Amino acid sequence: MNPPKAISVEVRLPSRLGFEKVAMSTASAVAKLMGFREDRVEDLKTAVAEACINAIEHGNRLNEKLSVGVVLSAGEDELEVKVIDDGKGMKSQPSKPDIDRKMHGEEDPRGMGMFLIQALVDEAEWVAGTNGKSSYVRLVIKLDKESE
Amino acid sequence: MQTETKSRVDQQTTPSGHNVTVLRFEGDIASTSKDAVLGAYQALPKATAKLILLDFTKVDYINSSGIALVIQMLIEASNSGQKVYAFGLSAHFTKVFTMVGITKYAQLFSSEAEAMAAL
Repeated sequence: MNPPKAISVEVRLPSRLGFEKVAMSTASAVAKLMGFREDRVEDLKTAVAEACINAIEHGNRLNEKLSVGVVLSAGEDELEVKVIDDGKGMKSQPSKPDIDRKMHGEEDPRGMGMFLIQALVDEAEWVAGTNGKSSYVRLVIKLDKESE
Repeated sequence: MQTETKSRVDQQTTPSGHNVTVLRFEGDIASTSKDAVLGAYQALPKATAKLILLDFTKVDYINSSGIALVIQMLIEASNSGQKVYAFGLSAHFTKVFTMVGITKYAQLFSSEAEAMAAL
């Protein structure tokens, strides 16, 4: 059962930690329908979860009056996921965590979400919304046809 | 919404006679897991618990906040002269732990038997 071209699925999450798992499950289901390998589905689940956590914590600042939008667009050979919040967007690009600096107290043990997102998908971009709202992260994961 | 993290402690002895404290986790490891992860570790006697083995066999979901808790544990263990090892991670989370560098400070094993044989 293959989904038709450019099919779109939307989920709206409350800004409460834990609800990122709803987006994870939805992304996983769509990716499996598209024929992604299990390891790529796992990569996508973690990337989507981290994007939603950032949106809930940093974008919407845990304000439960605001919601996080997750839009999955399934193309012929790639899946695009946009995670949208009401924040001003990320000011910096992700940097690779330095475990030695973390172990020596020179770097916060946290702050690996953006790095994981970028490392686990084929494309990741953070876009600041106009008027300081509706910022989003856009993820793309591509079907590897040679090994499918 | 997040599955509560449970943890329990087992004392084991390796075939070579070393005492190993096994911290077994169950559920999600996320920002809400501080007591179950760091609290359980901090309750161990530092004088005798020198080899600590983390069991992730029953953990399905670990996010970056959960990984940060593991790193905080590694920092405290390093400062206390303890060595930390782990087993039971899925292939995906083995990759994630490797990507963020945890494997430099906590060796990963595929199973408890493999870990016990090596320690």
